[in-house]
Amino acid sequence: MSQSDSDDEIPPAVLPLDGWHRAKGARMVPFAGYMMPVQYAPGILAEHRHCREAAALFDVSHMGQLLVSGGAAAAALEALTPSDLATLGEGRLRYSLLLNETGGIIDDLMISHRRDGLYLVVNGATKIDDIAHLREQLPDEITLNHMDDHALLALQGPKAAAVLERLAAGVGRLGFMTAGAFELLGSAAWISRSGYTGEDGFEISLPATHAEALAEALCAEPEVAPAGLGARDSLRLEAGLPLYGHDIDAETTPVEAGLSFAIAKRRRQEGGFPGAERIAFELAEGPARRRVGLRVEGRQPVREGALLLDVEGAEIGHVTSGGFSPTLGRPIAMGYAPGPLAMPDSHVSLSARGKIFTAEVAAMPFVPHRYVRQGDPS
Amino acid sequence: MTLFFTRDHEWVRVDGELATVGITDYAQGQLGDVVFVELPTIGDSVTAGKEAAVVESVKAASDVYAPLSGEIAKVNQALVDEPGLVNSAPEAAGWFFQLKLNDPRELDGLMDAAAYQAFVATL
Repeated sequence: MSQSDSDDEIPPAVLPLDGWHRAKGARMVPFAGYMMPVQYAPGILAEHRHCREAAALFDVSHMGQLLVSGGAAAAALEALTPSDLATLGEGRLRYSLLLNETGGIIDDLMISHRRDGLYLVVNGATKIDDIAHLREQLPDEITLNHMDDHALLALQGPKAAAVLERLAAGVGRLGFMTAGAFELLGSAAWISRSGYTGEDGFEISLPATHAEALAEALCAEPEVAPAGLGARDSLRLEAGLPLYGHDIDAETTPVEAGLSFAIAKRRRQEGGFPGAERIAFELAEGPARRRVGLRVEGRQPVREGALLLDVEGAEIGHVTSGGFSPTLGRPIAMGYAPGPLAMPDSHVSLSARGKIFTAEVAAMPFVPHRYVRQGDPS
Repeated sequence: MTLFFTRDHEWVRVDGELATVGITDYAQGQLGDVVFVELPTIGDSVTAGKEAAVVESVKAASDVYAPLSGEIAKVNQALVDEPGLVNSAPEAAGWFFQLKLNDPRELDGLMDAAAYQAFVATL
């Protein structure tokens, strides 16, 4: 047997919960510059199903947590993203994109309006470059604080709200994509109702010194089990959510990537963000290629790097993520296909591992989202 | 019947000129949940150290090498419908294929159970 895992060259850094993961039986692998739990003893399939059925705890402390503050922080960030931040009310968050001059995606991120500024969560693998980009682009009067003394935990699944309500009364009042400050086990915590699994759930930012006590308390609840990066990846794939560096990157635009919802109406009219011209053109005329979901025939997973072929066998696109869907019990994938083929039910051929596969373009998400739009009013 | 092991984490159970091949418990643990197995075709000739089957877990695709040269005599069709047998019973119901050996002397290059355990302990 051979495994083709690649090793990072720079020794990976250690996250606040490193010892806790190891004590829980995690298999640790290098990811985004950190040693991260890829799975625990039950395995990826069991962790995936547990998240869909109950509640799973993910440590995503590798992600970058940034606070942008100062008078015109919203306007300054609008110059770098296609979001409408002027109307983002306190306690609300939005999915956003850092764009380059050609409309390519530098990173995808969440932006929350907090009393102390705009709170950003960016990808772990890109955070150093994001910080450099923001420092260079933001005016001097804007302060950028890298909250590297904070951990980030995600509690995801249909039982997440009931569990977290026991520890932080009132979180159930949050609706999807809203957030607030809470006291959690004697520590200040910023909790948003959001996530990366397609399930209802929460993301919890708190001082790293309090992360282990929270992880322990959450996993002491009968509904909760820890889940690793493996399940996080299969869950987000089923949910149709792109992974930066794979499904989206500096060469893909928001329109190509099917992320036009992140381009606010006012910004479409006014422009004034990097790549606005190209993005306006693609919104009007349609992009040359689009990110699509693929339902692969048979049982064998087709993974990143596989090629999309036309009927003559010429390369017309590629697979950017792929794997086995535990919920659907079949292989699914995402990739880019030329405009005319990027329609649900179009048939395409894929080439991977020296074989030809057939696949059908599928609407995403593959598994319906179950976000709770309106919090419990009680 | 004697059990042998390779450094690529295959096991081989030899019975006369027939050798049954699978992957070890250590290997299935490293792979994680197996979701797909591709088996060779009966009658295929395989060469020691060359790819003979494919096993894919949720995480990655891996080749299974033929530990010995020979002709494929049988394959475990049950793995096609139930690839999880590789995880639940790697050294029993999760076997991959059976070989008719070309040269039993090739067995000399394999490890016995004690040597394999010692090898795994170094990983």
